[in-house]
Amino acid sequence: MNSFQLIRNAAGQLVLTRNGESHAGIVPVRAFPIAAPDECISLMGIDGHEHVWIEKLSDVSDDIQTLILEELAHREFTPEIGRIRSVSSFATPSSWQVETDRGDTELLLKAEDHIRRLSASALLITDGHGVSFLIRNTENLDAHSRKLLDRFL
Amino acid sequence: MTLSIPDAWRIKAQSRLTDGETITGHLELNLDAQLNFTHNLLLITDCRLIDLGSDCDYPYRDTLTLQHRDHGGVGRIELFDGASRLTCWFYTLAHNAAATRFIKQFNQQQACARTGLPAAPDAPELCPDCLTPLDQGECPHCSITLNAPPRAWTLLRLWRFARPYQWQLLSGFLLMLASTAATLVPPYLTMPLMDKVLIPYQNGKPIDFVIVSWLLAGLLGSALLAWGLGWAKTYILALVSERIGADLRTITYEHLLRLSLEYFGGKRTGDLMSRIGSESDRICVFLSLHLLDFATDVLMIVMTAAILFSINPWLALVTLVPLPFIAWMIHNVRDRLRTGFEKIDRVWSEVSNVLADTIPGIRVVKAFAQERREAEHFHVANAHNLQVNDRINKIWSLFTPSVSLLTEIGLLVVWAFGIWQVSNNEITVGVLTAFLAYISRFYARLDSMSRIVSVTQKAAAGAKRIFDILDHVSSVPEPANPVHLGQIEGRIDLKGAGFRYGNRAVIKDLNLTIQPGEMIGLVGHSGSGKSTLVNLMCRFYDVSEGSISIDGVNIKSLPVSEYRRHIGLVLQDPFLFFGSIAENIAYGKPDATRAEIVAAAHAAHAHEFILRLPHGYDSLVGERGHGLSGGERQRISIARALLIDPRILILDEATASVDTETEKEIQKALDNLVHGRTTIAIAHRLSTLHKANRLVVLDKGEVVEIGSHDELMATQGAYYRLYQAQARNVDTDLNDVPAIQTDNKVSA
Repeated sequence: MNSFQLIRNAAGQLVLTRNGESHAGIVPVRAFPIAAPDECISLMGIDGHEHVWIEKLSDVSDDIQTLILEELAHREFTPEIGRIRSVSSFATPSSWQVETDRGDTELLLKAEDHIRRLSASALLITDGHGVSFLIRNTENLDAHSRKLLDRFL
Repeated sequence: MTLSIPDAWRIKAQSRLTDGETITGHLELNLDAQLNFTHNLLLITDCRLIDLGSDCDYPYRDTLTLQHRDHGGVGRIELFDGASRLTCWFYTLAHNAAATRFIKQFNQQQACARTGLPAAPDAPELCPDCLTPLDQGECPHCSITLNAPPRAWTLLRLWRFARPYQWQLLSGFLLMLASTAATLVPPYLTMPLMDKVLIPYQNGKPIDFVIVSWLLAGLLGSALLAWGLGWAKTYILALVSERIGADLRTITYEHLLRLSLEYFGGKRTGDLMSRIGSESDRICVFLSLHLLDFATDVLMIVMTAAILFSINPWLALVTLVPLPFIAWMIHNVRDRLRTGFEKIDRVWSEVSNVLADTIPGIRVVKAFAQERREAEHFHVANAHNLQVNDRINKIWSLFTPSVSLLTEIGLLVVWAFGIWQVSNNEITVGVLTAFLAYISRFYARLDSMSRIVSVTQKAAAGAKRIFDILDHVSSVPEPANPVHLGQIEGRIDLKGAGFRYGNRAVIKDLNLTIQPGEMIGLVGHSGSGKSTLVNLMCRFYDVSEGSISIDGVNIKSLPVSEYRRHIGLVLQDPFLFFGSIAENIAYGKPDATRAEIVAAAHAAHAHEFILRLPHGYDSLVGERGHGLSGGERQRISIARALLIDPRILILDEATASVDTETEKEIQKALDNLVHGRTTIAIAHRLSTLHKANRLVVLDKGEVVEIGSHDELMATQGAYYRLYQAQARNVDTDLNDVPAIQTDNKVSA
């Protein structure tokens, strides 16, 4: 089932060739982006139909892996918060100055329940503009950040 | 022409321009190619596109095109030269509206460069979000202020609710002053009792019964006085605080009802219920009990201190030494306790959320035999509750004994210093007895005062959570300068309307004009944005981009309730409130006459079945209309819509949940309703839309086809395929995907 070819064309799109048919504009999608990022990846067409289901990323060739990861890197945007510098208020809406693995930025927390608890220590914060910020482990934050964060939990 | 580009970029921009080149547009970007946060600026001039972040620029060519799309909160603009991609820029969706505008400007400039004609005269600057003309750089609709209420003084904000009762409060306070003074009389009388009666008696003098009886009468009198005054003050203040609590509840609930559907979509019922119910009650208890006690305590301390100083300043000074320590301790613990109690509140609503989630879904829980797992959920929430409580109790449990210890030490100091002074003949034994009597009260009060810290923090946390609701500005705000429309015609214009739910674009750049009296059928797969579009037209949500106007007036500038009065809504699963059928029909117009109600029921083909019920129009229907069939409930809701005589009618899958026979009955009722009104109908059975003037076929939030049934069949496009699919298999629903259920819940 995994006999397919994946290349990038001049328009920057991924092209899938399988059973003699080729489809341009292939989009890789992680089925469980949080629970299992490296498993269960689907290659979808622009029409929203699935073409190939990849159980594990290691099942496909290195070239295809690179292409998929490259494309995913452009599609997936979940900055990981390393430090909370300041918050404008402890009541929402509150804008936070944060340091993330993708640089410093500001996020707007519209309501406390936009902080979603993924596990005992991991949090997912959705900001007012729809960007999801991840705190992988609250224990790894410094004391100042934890103190600020604590006021919202 | 100078366009207002951000100051930080001005110099750099100037350095890249050639002579005579003018900037006509710009776009701020905040992500680089690896999606790291950065700052970059794209410029559009009259001859090229400039990327200030790199050294690249792109002179206009016919083959250049810009495209944008977004996913997961990241937007990207791709520059194509023919079929090959030259480059790609990224931004977060905060800049999405600006990006759309940027692409329009690019296309405009490129067209100018090609044709050599000057750009079309500059339109007035439009708000990037809703395309209404800006008023001095600010959009009258979109300017939202980020409100940050002060947190330390949250409780003082309750004054707003106390103001109506200020006179009662004042009299309560005066009574409190008097009653506190009365309670301070008895220790004072122990002084003469000791020095003039008991000690002389020990030294051999007989007891003067006149003085004794006077003193004892004084003791009794002051006790009675304190009792009477204390009763009056407690009664008055409890009365007032109960009313403040009730006002708080009502006002919060009223405010809550005015918030948009978006707010309710994001909140859990259990949480909202606990905020309005138990937390307003906690504030009320705080005001009537704890705050009252605290105020009495403070008065007592001040008065006692005054009396002590008047008797003997030195001893008084020693007595008051532990006071600053205790104050310091209270202050120190306050912050920890407050955040802790806020946390307990949140955990508490977590617990009630588990209940609110499970109990309505009990059928599903039982059907899948998941009682144990739900119990486990509750257990986890409860364990979290315990954990948070344990943490705060650690601080709390240390606090009270420490205050007691300080109290004991204080007493010890007074004994020691007092005995020393007595031995030096500076004070009498009576004075020392009076002091000890005073300060044992005094410290007892301090002990109870220290308790105020925790209850204040609890109440402040509760108040904060209530003010969170009160401070929440509806995302469907009332206009500052409302426009009033008298009678409306019912023309609806959607201009570049877009809506995103979180980071998912549900409606994209939708343009549609609906003529007065026209019937529009919305057709499309489930999830194509039909229900969302209807929600936008009802202004349950506001569009995130573009605008919706009625008779040429942006609906954002109309008062919300006035606007909705023009809209009749019939939903798939009609909601009937607890009450009689007549009340349900008259829901949108409570002052309707009986004749009007009956006429509406007639037109909705509901009259006859209502008369067959045992109590006719006075029959009670339950919460969700138990006892009535789906078709009957639907006809009641049609009568409800008919009664308010709206110019605009929205039918959201009005016949979806009934069988074909009932559907015909409802269809007849609907035909009466639709007549002469602007109608927007969503239906998954395409046959029910045969009366529609035009059909609008939606797919993934975009209009793919518009036209009458015959025209669309002739073009053999998306509608043709849908129709064929249904014709082949009568049972095929367009919406056999369960997702539509959630769509409808939002609108119901």
